[in-house]
Amino acid sequence: MKPAYFTRILTLSALGLMVTPSSYATDITRGKILASTCFACHGTDGRSSGSIPSIYGYPVETLYRNMKSFQDGTRPATVMGRHAKGYTDEEIKLIAEYLSNIR
Amino acid sequence: MKTLNRREFIGLLGAGSAVTLFGTAGCAITPSGKARGAHIVIVGGGPGGSTAAKYLKRYAPETRVTLIEPNRRFTTCFGSNWVLGGISTMADITHGYDALHSRHGVEIVHDNVTGIDSATRRVTLAGGDSLAYDRLVVSPGIDFRFDELEGFSAQAAETMPHAWKAGAQTELLQRQLRAMPDGGTFIMVAPGNPFRCPPGPYERAGMIAHYFKTHKPRSKILILDSKDKFSKQGLFMDGWKERYGDMIEWVPGTQGGNVESVDVASRTLYSQSGFTSFKGDVVNLIPRQRAGAIAQTSGLADESGWCPVNQLTFESTLHKGVYVIGDASIAGAMPKSGHSANSQGKLVAAAITLDLLDQPMEKPSHVNTCYSLIAPDYGISVAAVYRYQDGSIQSVKGAGGVSPAEATADFRLQEARYTRGWYQSITEDIWG
Repeated sequence: MKPAYFTRILTLSALGLMVTPSSYATDITRGKILASTCFACHGTDGRSSGSIPSIYGYPVETLYRNMKSFQDGTRPATVMGRHAKGYTDEEIKLIAEYLSNIR
Repeated sequence: MKTLNRREFIGLLGAGSAVTLFGTAGCAITPSGKARGAHIVIVGGGPGGSTAAKYLKRYAPETRVTLIEPNRRFTTCFGSNWVLGGISTMADITHGYDALHSRHGVEIVHDNVTGIDSATRRVTLAGGDSLAYDRLVVSPGIDFRFDELEGFSAQAAETMPHAWKAGAQTELLQRQLRAMPDGGTFIMVAPGNPFRCPPGPYERAGMIAHYFKTHKPRSKILILDSKDKFSKQGLFMDGWKERYGDMIEWVPGTQGGNVESVDVASRTLYSQSGFTSFKGDVVNLIPRQRAGAIAQTSGLADESGWCPVNQLTFESTLHKGVYVIGDASIAGAMPKSGHSANSQGKLVAAAITLDLLDQPMEKPSHVNTCYSLIAPDYGISVAAVYRYQDGSIQSVKGAGGVSPAEATADFRLQEARYTRGWYQSITEDIWG
């Protein structure tokens, strides 16, 4: 495992992106349910074999920043601006965190 | 496997166990033993049922999941317009169940379900067997209201194909289009709301125009519609004009487009109490629809012909322990589409897993993107994000919408590429 991982988690906490722990013990988390809707276009687990980019395993900050810039229009897109506007800041964090952890 | 809360997770990271943990983070971790041995039966191997089967095994691998589908291969209705346009083949849009079985451990039974008894929790099969279930997912797609149109019938669809369930009907319409002489008239009768794939009829018009432009440029396309507006209307009409000139004419319901009766033998359609008639060389009549047959016979549909569900979990409000997803369900603001069915399949997999674990359903969101091709290099889309709110699924305000009315050729080309990419990704997400 790359040592970058631990650093990344620390950075994440420092950014205040860490989410509240789930109050019950199942791995069907809100982040998992939210992120599963990305997979229709971006492939199961964010692995796309077609013309739509893969989105798994990127640093959480990258995924978060991309969604925010789609949302405010600073990053041009065909459809992602329309999707990104549908999520709250907390939801984008949950999705980014879930996708970043997929190897 | 033991489940971890966030604190333990981070603690273990610090202890240097990050490899194992992150290595499995994307896979299904067994939530607990509570769901062990539960049998979930899924009726229908289309986008909804197949997605539900795959994601149930991902979310709760200790459950037994059986998918019942009569056909050994499934041809998607989405993408079938591209076959009619001559830019895809039937093989491109046909999928098998091997990966669901071998990769995900879903048991596949090729049979028809003839009855559902929600009191004893059993389904009966045409082959004579019956199966006990703990939870049942029904994803039967659509059925046609053949008898609502005077002069029309299921038999008449062999002359005037609907091609709204892909397969033999798609091939029949394709043969008719190929046999039509240059200069002929193709008439499509678009269905009344609600129906499967709202932009579908209009994508079909553009794809057939592409075929005509290439092979029979003097031909004409007439769309007879009972409605006065349709999905992505402005984008479609601008695109048709730009690419096909006056080849496509759309006749709205209030201007004589509402077909009331047909004469099948002469391929003639009548509207305005018989005062207006249209004769086609090829007629594609897409009838009004309702939930698939098993939903009607098993009492899952209400008087509307569609299935009412709790829109948080998709459990039927008429039969406990039975979940209805996809086109057959009444899903608030979500359109009847393959993408919606895929989104609902994942949602129902999560809802059933949590229910088996006696845990509350997480607040879900859904998405839908309907891509349509006007030409092979000209794509448009409509997107939406949905949320469960006040008892129903509602679109998130300020999000979603259609492609811009003014866009460069490069933008339309990029959306055409994404249309194909979407097909590849979603079919892998469903059957891969």
